[in-house]
Amino acid sequence: MASDMQTGGRLATAAPAAIELRGISKSFGPVQANRDIHLRVERGTIHGIIGENGAGKSTLMSILYGFYKPDSGEVLVNGRPLTITDSQTAIRAGIGMVFQHFKLVQNFTVLENIILGAEEGRLLRPSLSKARGVLKRLAQEYELNVDPDTRIEDLSVGHQQRVEILKALYRQADILILDEPTGVLTPAEADHLFRILEGLRAEGKTIILITHKLREIMEITDTVSVMRRGEMVASVRTGETSPEELAELMVGRKVLLNVQKAPARPAQPVLEIRNLRMVDDAGVERLRGIDLDIRAGEILGIAGVSGNGQTQLLEILGGYPPKGSTVSGEVRVNGGPLPLAGAACNAAERRRQGLGHIPEDRQAEGLIMDFAAWENVAFGYHDAPEYGRGPLMDRDAIRRDAEGKIARFDVRPPSCDLAARDFSGGNQQKIVVAREIERNPDLLLIGQPTRGVDIGAIEFIHKRIVELRDAGKAILLVSVELDEIMSLSDRIAVMFDGRIMGERLPNEATTGDLGLLMAGVDPATAPPDTMPPAHEHVEDLPREA
Amino acid sequence: MDLNTVLQILDSAVRLMTPLLLACLAGLYSERAGVFDIGLEGKMLMAAFSAATVAALTGNVWLGLCAGLLGALMLSAIHGIASITFRGNQLISGVAINFLASGLTVLLGQKIFGLGGRTPNLTPGAELEAQVTPFRTWLTDVAGADLATWLTATPRLSGITLPFAESLRPVPVLGPLYAEVVSGHTILVYVAFLMVPLTWWILYRTRFGLRLRAVGENPASVDTAGVSVTRLRFAAVAIAGLLCGLAGAYLATGLSAGFVKEMTAGRGFIALAALIFAKWRPWGALGATFLFGLLEAIANRYPNLDLGIVTVPSMFMNALPYILTVIILAGFVGRAIPPRAGGEPYVKER
Repeated sequence: MASDMQTGGRLATAAPAAIELRGISKSFGPVQANRDIHLRVERGTIHGIIGENGAGKSTLMSILYGFYKPDSGEVLVNGRPLTITDSQTAIRAGIGMVFQHFKLVQNFTVLENIILGAEEGRLLRPSLSKARGVLKRLAQEYELNVDPDTRIEDLSVGHQQRVEILKALYRQADILILDEPTGVLTPAEADHLFRILEGLRAEGKTIILITHKLREIMEITDTVSVMRRGEMVASVRTGETSPEELAELMVGRKVLLNVQKAPARPAQPVLEIRNLRMVDDAGVERLRGIDLDIRAGEILGIAGVSGNGQTQLLEILGGYPPKGSTVSGEVRVNGGPLPLAGAACNAAERRRQGLGHIPEDRQAEGLIMDFAAWENVAFGYHDAPEYGRGPLMDRDAIRRDAEGKIARFDVRPPSCDLAARDFSGGNQQKIVVAREIERNPDLLLIGQPTRGVDIGAIEFIHKRIVELRDAGKAILLVSVELDEIMSLSDRIAVMFDGRIMGERLPNEATTGDLGLLMAGVDPATAPPDTMPPAHEHVEDLPREA
Repeated sequence: MDLNTVLQILDSAVRLMTPLLLACLAGLYSERAGVFDIGLEGKMLMAAFSAATVAALTGNVWLGLCAGLLGALMLSAIHGIASITFRGNQLISGVAINFLASGLTVLLGQKIFGLGGRTPNLTPGAELEAQVTPFRTWLTDVAGADLATWLTATPRLSGITLPFAESLRPVPVLGPLYAEVVSGHTILVYVAFLMVPLTWWILYRTRFGLRLRAVGENPASVDTAGVSVTRLRFAAVAIAGLLCGLAGAYLATGLSAGFVKEMTAGRGFIALAALIFAKWRPWGALGATFLFGLLEAIANRYPNLDLGIVTVPSMFMNALPYILTVIILAGFVGRAIPPRAGGEPYVKER
């Protein structure tokens, strides 16, 4: 199998491919979103592109749809080179795109949305009646039933997505790109979508499916490409790979980090979560009954491909459940209940209850980028008595405190007055970590502690986390970096689709085992033939440079 | 209150609502396309000044009207470049336009006419005659005396008597209503009223209207459909400029005879309030601006409204349209959902 896999993803075939990308690169400022991408998608197939959030999938597809111009590289559609300067060019070349966030006008009817930009003439009436006819035909052909006169805002998300697909088909798209199409769908809607896609493939259409869900790739695609950090790391036939292999390719494996730590000495339970459920504003259940316990003096790591409910779990525990969501279940900290809704459910109250939180996105949630380091060190704790002098803030006290933290956490440059945005990613993270850890919380929530952080800072942050554990505190660590989870955690829970798929001890767990759990397969119940093959060959797979 | 008084008030209301209606429709085009426009006031003011100035210098109101349209269009271009091309803050751009117009009109007016910022009175008389004479003399040399006299003899818009206005007058109620309220207005009044069904038709029955509404709701939907967001928004802002131009020209050459400092007196803001009241719909704009026009007409007619027990002071009556504006803006008129993308410069997202 490994011999089939080549960097560049060229599978040997003769007929011109529906889409061929040659050496596409694109960077946004210093961020290289796509690096020398080669891709070949055969006509009449469903091709999956899988990768972590931020791996560059969406950027690549936006290039294909004329939203971005690549810095270099070539696009061939049906064997002919094509310079896609805008969406109109892409549409004319027969490319249709269903974006992750639908591009629909909410208070327009289905028909109006479908003809928008593809009208027949200056007046609407002829376009509308033509579209009505075409829609009827498409509905029969592909199970794409939508009432043409309903307003988009009155449609379910699944139906809105059908409108997007109809929009593409109305423009006679031969190549359909779907970006994370099932992220917003219920399982039943997702199954229906897959039936539609199979129908389209049977008609000879080419489909590119972007996702980070392994189950979908295995279920519906003919071929699959894996992207990681802007590069295409593999292209294979779906039948010749396994979910755990793909999971590993996606997450990637770096030099194993060594964290020196003594065995954990777990004491009394600090965090107890019972049957925690959350339904988001679109009515999709994001958490489906989470049960977790963390004791004082231990680190529980939550592994999983991002987008499986980890973010929502952290936000709920952190005191800011996603807007419009309904949360149920029971959470206790040190035996006391944690309010999951209402006025008492807020981040300040959580801090009073002994929680600290290092949020997943430090720039959006952890820091105010334009404010100075010393101010950022006080945020969230600005009501602390030592920071105040009557109704006023004691600037000197805050600055002295910040200086101490910056020195102890080796923030570079050690300047209190520098704005947060002027620090490197690793030093920004150190500011957040210093603020939360030095408050000595009973329970520390940590999301992606080392995302975009350099190696030196990673080691430093890991050491501090272990020190906090040794001081008898409970730590919930969420990370998509499997290495980080494996080396830091005392226990590992794997999350998939809003559920805890299973728990493992780090010294017993193998990456293959965890990979299967991350892919939503429980090895204990799976039939033997879906078990991962032996692992040596994975080492031969192409890696990023 | 007899029928005659009612008719006179209604007649006055129609005149007073016209600039509001035109400005309101101007705002409607702009905001439906997602560009907030608090510069309606400034554009009207600039148009009023340009129209009155050119009308005073040439004695020809139609040249004045063209100048008014140009003046407003120029400010629209500034708004478009600032808020569409450079994705600036639409409110700030609008405020800047209002200040610019307020200062520039008085400055230029003083420079040209030396009358303390106003233009000469456009009713035929010595003051006007002095301004028109050079142009007429020049025109006489170029085109002959007859043509020159004819071309320079209409410094103001005059009323148009509709057919049968006099012969139908004897018909009870409807006759006087037709003769007094419907007939006898200047051309711009009829243009304003015709703009209502026309705008409705454009918005809901044409391709341009569909795209215009879409770009104000979700510009990404237009962009991904391969249609230029920038071009659509510029078109909308330009239409808004033209309608503001008509509104301003009407103020200075139809409703009054000449430009005076700050003569729009907040009408641009009242038009915005009416737009919210109208929920961004053309027919609603007609109703909302009629209400404002009616209030102003009543205030003009009864400076001190005697209600028997108390006499409402004139200051209060004059303040009525503004009080109504505050009430509307405070949200007492039910939920008005503005275009979803309003106020947001369009930036392609990753």
